[in-house]
Amino acid sequence: MRAAARHLYIHLPFCASRCGYCDFVTVVGHGDLHGAYVDAILGELDLERHLLVPELDSVYLGGGTPTLTAPRELERLLAALPPAREVTVEANPETVTPSLAALLSRNRVNRVSIGAQSFNTVLLDVLDRRARPNDVRLALHRLRDAGIDNRSLDLIYGIPGQTPADLARDLDEALALEPEHLSAYELEAKPGTRFTHAHGAELLRQAGELEAYIEHVVERLTAAGYRWYETANFCRVPDLVRGRDLRARHNLGYWLGHDYLGLGVGAVSTIENRRWRNAPSLRRYLAAHARRERPERELETLSTHERATERVMLGLRLDEPLPLDGLGGMVDDAALERLTQRGLAVHRDGSVLLTPRGRLLGGGVTARLLA
Amino acid sequence: MDQSHIRNFSIIAHIDHGKSTLADRILQLTDTVSAREMRDQMLDSMELERERGITIKAQAVRVHWKGHELNLIDTPGHVDFTYEVSRSLQACEGALLVVDAAQGIEAQTLANAYLAIENNLEIVPVVNKIDLPQADPDGAAAEVADLIGDDAANVLRISAKTGQGVDAVLDAIVARIPAPAGEPDAPSRALIFDSSYDQYRGVVAFVRVVDGVFRPREHLRAMALGTRFEAQEIGYMSPSMRPVQELQAGEVGYVITGLKDVSELRVGDTLTAEKRAASAPLPGYKDVKPMVFAGLFPTESDDYPELRDALEKLKLNDAALFYEPETSQALGFGFRCGFLGLLHMEIVRERLEREFDLDLLVTAPNVAYRVKPLNEEWVEVHTPADLPDSFDEVEEPYIKASIIVPKEFVGQVMELCNDRRGKFDHLEYLSEQRVHLTYELPLAEIVLDYYDQLKSRTRGYASFDYDLAGFRPGNLARVDILVGGEPVDALSLILHRDFAYERGKALVEKLREEIPRQMFDVAIQAAVGARIIARETVKARRKDVLAKCYGGDITRKRKLLEKQKAGKKRMKQVGGVEVPQEAFLAVLNLNDVAKR
Repeated sequence: MRAAARHLYIHLPFCASRCGYCDFVTVVGHGDLHGAYVDAILGELDLERHLLVPELDSVYLGGGTPTLTAPRELERLLAALPPAREVTVEANPETVTPSLAALLSRNRVNRVSIGAQSFNTVLLDVLDRRARPNDVRLALHRLRDAGIDNRSLDLIYGIPGQTPADLARDLDEALALEPEHLSAYELEAKPGTRFTHAHGAELLRQAGELEAYIEHVVERLTAAGYRWYETANFCRVPDLVRGRDLRARHNLGYWLGHDYLGLGVGAVSTIENRRWRNAPSLRRYLAAHARRERPERELETLSTHERATERVMLGLRLDEPLPLDGLGGMVDDAALERLTQRGLAVHRDGSVLLTPRGRLLGGGVTARLLA
Repeated sequence: MDQSHIRNFSIIAHIDHGKSTLADRILQLTDTVSAREMRDQMLDSMELERERGITIKAQAVRVHWKGHELNLIDTPGHVDFTYEVSRSLQACEGALLVVDAAQGIEAQTLANAYLAIENNLEIVPVVNKIDLPQADPDGAAAEVADLIGDDAANVLRISAKTGQGVDAVLDAIVARIPAPAGEPDAPSRALIFDSSYDQYRGVVAFVRVVDGVFRPREHLRAMALGTRFEAQEIGYMSPSMRPVQELQAGEVGYVITGLKDVSELRVGDTLTAEKRAASAPLPGYKDVKPMVFAGLFPTESDDYPELRDALEKLKLNDAALFYEPETSQALGFGFRCGFLGLLHMEIVRERLEREFDLDLLVTAPNVAYRVKPLNEEWVEVHTPADLPDSFDEVEEPYIKASIIVPKEFVGQVMELCNDRRGKFDHLEYLSEQRVHLTYELPLAEIVLDYYDQLKSRTRGYASFDYDLAGFRPGNLARVDILVGGEPVDALSLILHRDFAYERGKALVEKLREEIPRQMFDVAIQAAVGARIIARETVKARRKDVLAKCYGGDITRKRKLLEKQKAGKKRMKQVGGVEVPQEAFLAVLNLNDVAKR
């Protein structure tokens, strides 16, 4: 296979504790396995290196809590990775010590994404988050002191019990810290989880109110000089940051349909028409490495139709026009016409762009366009 | 066999009172089938009948008992088939009236018993299930005796399940039911009491020979319809087909006609031989007309040809089924079908779904209306949307409802009947505990949920039957439903003007619950002519987008999207609004809403 992927994702599953709402592959405890796990990641990288271009566009270390990985092992991992224009590490606020910030900085990490989620201690408790609001403030300062000047904050809205005033305060707190980038996610309460069991009734009660939260988020952040470049992502507009494009290059790769390689437990890769997911078991991942084999994987072959569907689904999340050529007539012209008339989409020069209201209704709009 | 040794009889019983079990025991006791061959409910041959414990198509079986030939003519057990029941009864001289020892008389028993009495049948009363712990044989016997004006001592007490007393039933048939008394030498006449379709041999007529003799290869004529054919085979069922060279006056059997269309041979018609034809047919032939109509639409529009073929096939065995193509702007291509009643409709729907594997959307049923448009002749309207905006007069069908309930529920039943524009007719006590009520009601008021309401208000104790009582003028209006400003033909309904506002409002409220929020506000209105009588709004969604989507989520999100797309496909587009199919059935539960 041609070496073409420009984006590399690495999953570091270790966490100090599990948050009720989280559905990522995580591992609590097993501090003794960090070294073995980094070995296994590097082993898998060796096996798949041929899929990557030599100079990457982006590397992204996600978790879990990557910054909980033993510093020595984290450093060994970062040092061994191929060079990339953007290297992002996810961090929980309380893990960002001055020495960690220095470690990241000297290992070419130039972007850190901080899982703040909220600045309200009651709501943080609902989410099982350990960090306190002050940890977030400290983390951002420490990163900048260490020379990392692309800092992103993750916020969650729609937390059980969160009022519109609570949300407004969270947004104000976040903006006061002037992060370069913000991600704001509506809380997803997955059916059958412990979290939904505990809070489902409250979420249902708030459902009517919660529906408007995304509008509040978009209004507040855009008013404060952030570009709403993806459904859940905002970055400071270039004018305010000396012309820098602060969109997450790594995530843009996903939304633009680029190939990517994912390493580690539960990580997903998509290379041309093949997509695979590594089995989520840490034990089996390590065992495969011990045998010098590829980890167990679930393979999916993507049809042209599926790939085109994904291009539309992902592309319409962005604030840039999606060119329709090359999508093999996937888009229903009559539906596009109707959506245009209703002020949800703009159709121009063979491209389609959703209006702000169209983006808030992006799920339904996409389903209709692809009908 | 000489007529004096023939007995022709039916079994009249309410559903589950043991008719089929008794028939099975009779077949066994007379060695007509061996115990090994015995399947439960031998007579009910259609899968659906066996499952629902009801008999849809009548059949006849011949058994022998102590030197006599007994013909058991099975009758359909439900109200919708009253006419067929009456023809089956006309083919008999007597009937077993079977009543459950624990339940007593039910409305259907009563209706069919009256039919039997009208047909001058000798009634042999039987109380069944005396083996049940909760049985009250004396109470049930007293009710039956009272109904037919007989002595309770003459009521037979049996358990068809265990076989106890069944031989006495056979003896009573021989002893009490008169022998047929036709003219053996007169020109031949036979009453068609049922027919079925065999894909190889064509239409099979089940007949009772009244006068004369029938032979194979004879040229026969159906006197009312004028259909002519050659009898390819004649015979009797015992219980399988047994060909014979003669069917004589008094006997019951079948005639294989070779006809390819059941509608050429109607129940109630008279067969006679061409070469020595009878001068007059047997009395009582009636052209049964469908009274309840509903639109049948394939859920997938591609299935239209399959639905058409399936209806054609069903029609082969069901002369009462009526259908014609219908185009609905909301539901696409389908058929407007006419049924004798609600059970008939239910059976047809189930057979289409089960035997032909079709996914159907059935619109709320409505009745036939007679309308005289301004300065025009009377026409019959089968679809509410077809009722003109203005007309001189309109008439709707009425029924005479017969309801039996324990006395403590009389108030509930009266209230329900009053709510449904019923006119009280008669009340009588069948016993200390049970009351028989009769009401006149517009058929339109019972086609939706009347029966369910009756059952729920009487905790299941009420039994119900009805007879059509003709067309009567009504103060009626067409209520249209507009979704997003456009009228939806499939949701129009015809209502009494006094109820138009209340029910129009209820329907609009119900639709607001059924129609999902869209990307824009959707107005739902009810209108009589140009006047809007009710309005609700389905507010637009403000947000419909998944919070996150990164590399690891893409497959799952794509699958979600595909599911969402498939869901959209099942919706019907009405004026740019996506309306789920369930919404078209909203009218079915209308009265619940109105009550809330």
